[in-house]
Amino acid sequence: MQLTGAQALIKSLEMEQVEVIFGLPGGAILPVYDPLLDSTIRHILVRHEQGAGHAAEGYAHVTGRPGVAMVTSGPAATNIVTALADAYMDSIPLVVITGQVGTSLIGTDAFQEADTTGITMSVTKHNWLITDASQIPTVVREAFHVATTGRPGPVLIDLPKDVSNQAMEWYWPESVDLPGYKPTLKGHPKMIQEAAKLISKSLRPVLYVGGGVLRAGATKELLALAEHCGIPVVTTLMARGAFPDDNPLCLGMPGMHGNYTAVTSMQKSDLLITLGARFDDRVTGNVAGFAPYAKVIHVDIDPAELGKIRNPDVPIVGDLKLVIPELTREIKKLKVDLKSQLEPWIAELDTWREKYPLSYNQDPGGRPLKPQYVIERLRQMAPPDTIVVSGVGQHQMWASQFWKFNHPNTWVNSGGLGTMGFAVPAALGAKVGRPDKVVWAIDGDGCFQMTAQELVTATAERIPIKVAILNNAYLGMVRQWQEMFYDQRYSEVYLSPDLPDYVKWAEAMGCVGIRVDSADEVEVAIEKANSINDRPVVIDFRTDTWEKVFPMVPAGKTNDEIVIGPQEMERK
Amino acid sequence: MTFSSSVVPMGGNRTNLEAKHHVLSVLVENKSGVLARIAQLFSRRGYNIYSLSVAPTEDERFSRVTIVVDVESAPLEQITKQLHKLINVLKISEINAAQAVEYELLMGSISTSSETRSELIELVRIFDGKIVDVGFDKLTVMLAGSPKMLDDFEALLGAYPIVEIQRTGRVALQKLDRSAPTRARSKSGKAS
Ligand SMILES: Cc1ncc(C[n+]2csc(CCOP(=O)(O)OP(=O)(O)O)c2C)c(N)n1
Ligand SMILES: [Mg+2]
Repeated sequence: MQLTGAQALIKSLEMEQVEVIFGLPGGAILPVYDPLLDSTIRHILVRHEQGAGHAAEGYAHVTGRPGVAMVTSGPAATNIVTALADAYMDSIPLVVITGQVGTSLIGTDAFQEADTTGITMSVTKHNWLITDASQIPTVVREAFHVATTGRPGPVLIDLPKDVSNQAMEWYWPESVDLPGYKPTLKGHPKMIQEAAKLISKSLRPVLYVGGGVLRAGATKELLALAEHCGIPVVTTLMARGAFPDDNPLCLGMPGMHGNYTAVTSMQKSDLLITLGARFDDRVTGNVAGFAPYAKVIHVDIDPAELGKIRNPDVPIVGDLKLVIPELTREIKKLKVDLKSQLEPWIAELDTWREKYPLSYNQDPGGRPLKPQYVIERLRQMAPPDTIVVSGVGQHQMWASQFWKFNHPNTWVNSGGLGTMGFAVPAALGAKVGRPDKVVWAIDGDGCFQMTAQELVTATAERIPIKVAILNNAYLGMVRQWQEMFYDQRYSEVYLSPDLPDYVKWAEAMGCVGIRVDSADEVEVAIEKANSINDRPVVIDFRTDTWEKVFPMVPAGKTNDEIVIGPQEMERK
Repeated sequence: MTFSSSVVPMGGNRTNLEAKHHVLSVLVENKSGVLARIAQLFSRRGYNIYSLSVAPTEDERFSRVTIVVDVESAPLEQITKQLHKLINVLKISEINAAQAVEYELLMGSISTSSETRSELIELVRIFDGKIVDVGFDKLTVMLAGSPKMLDDFEALLGAYPIVEIQRTGRVALQKLDRSAPTRARSKSGKAS
């Protein structure tokens, strides 16, 4: 069967069971948009290519399947670089297809030419420049394989226009042949035994759980391990929902804005059982002072993570889905009564939990409206498996702190790169992936202004997401740092509460817009938002400008120097 | 991205550097852009390349990249692990200088006068080098040898008016085993 390169590409995507592409056409990718008309694959026309990338990420986050985006050459390719970098940092499987100028024009500074493979080399797991249409099925097959196996990540296929038009004989490769790519899946049995021994002797162990557990789909295995041993669990920003917050063993989020108990548990621990986490500086604080008494077991599918920041006592390379049950089995064999062994540790943690809970103060008069109160009310009024998507800033930290995540893949955020503007397009992608679930974006006023136009996409495509803007009129997180560390010298952080008018803007984009100024209006507004299912809703919550995120480990300090709240701040 | 097939910093005292240098022999797929990926990885992760040379192998599907890395910039283990993540990298062997045959090539054009010409020819002969080109008042000399030997030679050439000197960066192979093979070791004794 003879096909054009463009037809072969679409057919290859169908073979990979792609159900949706987020994209926006242009000159170099035009040939591919034609056979797309005849395909069963849904295409969602975004308003900016960055949105296509984040939407594909949101889709991948909640479905565990690779997100697919397709854009044209040059400026479109550069527009999607942010999303690639974001996905690379957070190990999100993406397949991005970019058009490229004709092969004879490559290197001539042709119209809309950019060195896309060169530019994206450091933010993709791998990329391909196709030079002949016969390569298309092989490359697509390889691309999906690389994106989804081992440590997942984004890949990019650059497709010159003439190659799209070239004829090729259709085939579908039986398998992939990548001699240099063989992820290790099975953990080394001896190392797993070593790990079990360390665990059986530990008195203050902590399961330090990262996003890798979600990527591996190993949440049930984690629950079994934790419950069998009675070991407490911290879930990093990327791992919220990997272990149920309602489980008594869950200590919540560690790190710069983690709660006291989660942070301090690691500082006092004698054994960190690190599962799919990577000792990010936002978790460790000053590394030299991080978890000083702890031995480290480190399990990761990416060998380069072991020893990158902290040398593990027991390194295990492997897929968590396989390694965690093996580890549980080995521990059971040792027949130690870990639960009673850990009783004093759990009791100590409980006293901290009681003494230092997360807190805030909503004035009963209703004003100023506290952002944490909004999040709590949103949560109480939402179904338990609601998907929460956030931007980057104070609102992100409050969302992570005050939501209760009890289901895997219900928390979607930009952790590693910290990309403002992530929330709206990612929420759209998440809702496309899980149309059965309620999707709330909890966004900042600054973030919202970066990618809000994707609400036009959401309205046009009938994707009824809900957006809660925690409008504090500031680039709040930066304002907080200027208040705390730059003597309250506020430099270029003020945004204004009513410029733009978020309600009018929402309405102009075909959404329902609601404004909330005081705590007593919160419930009615959320009720209204919950009742709307045929279009997106935006609530402009005018929240307290001066609220700060606590606890906080100041940058460069060790986690022992955690500042619990504003009262303590003043004492220091 | 363009990249000459070998990069060696000019001048400087090489001998003291040996200790912090390690030689990696990297077998890669012979595909376009592989060298760019390696160079990019080093630059992005802040690793220093001291010298690098690339050549096709006996099997045309593969090339061999010999990289001399500066392990003060990052631990060798991180460098090899990150390199391994490149999809086109098949195999990485660290070549321990003490157990390697290492070669590098130097070519230099030197101005000579009637007095210095025979002296220079004598120097080249002592080092077992070659005169590969002869001009009216210049000679081009060539020497293949260990990096240390080349350093000495280059230092001695410094006494003459040097027109140009080029070095290739080194290539290396593991020394061959001289002892007769012993019986296969028991599996259980294998270190993990
Ligand atoms: C694209 C991008 N630019 C700049 C930053 C730096 N930054 C981090 S948080 C933040 C403020 C975010 O403001 P807003 O969305 O209003 O959230 P808030 O902190 O007020 O909740 C900024 C500017 C970033 N993370 N991403
Ligand atoms: Mg703000």
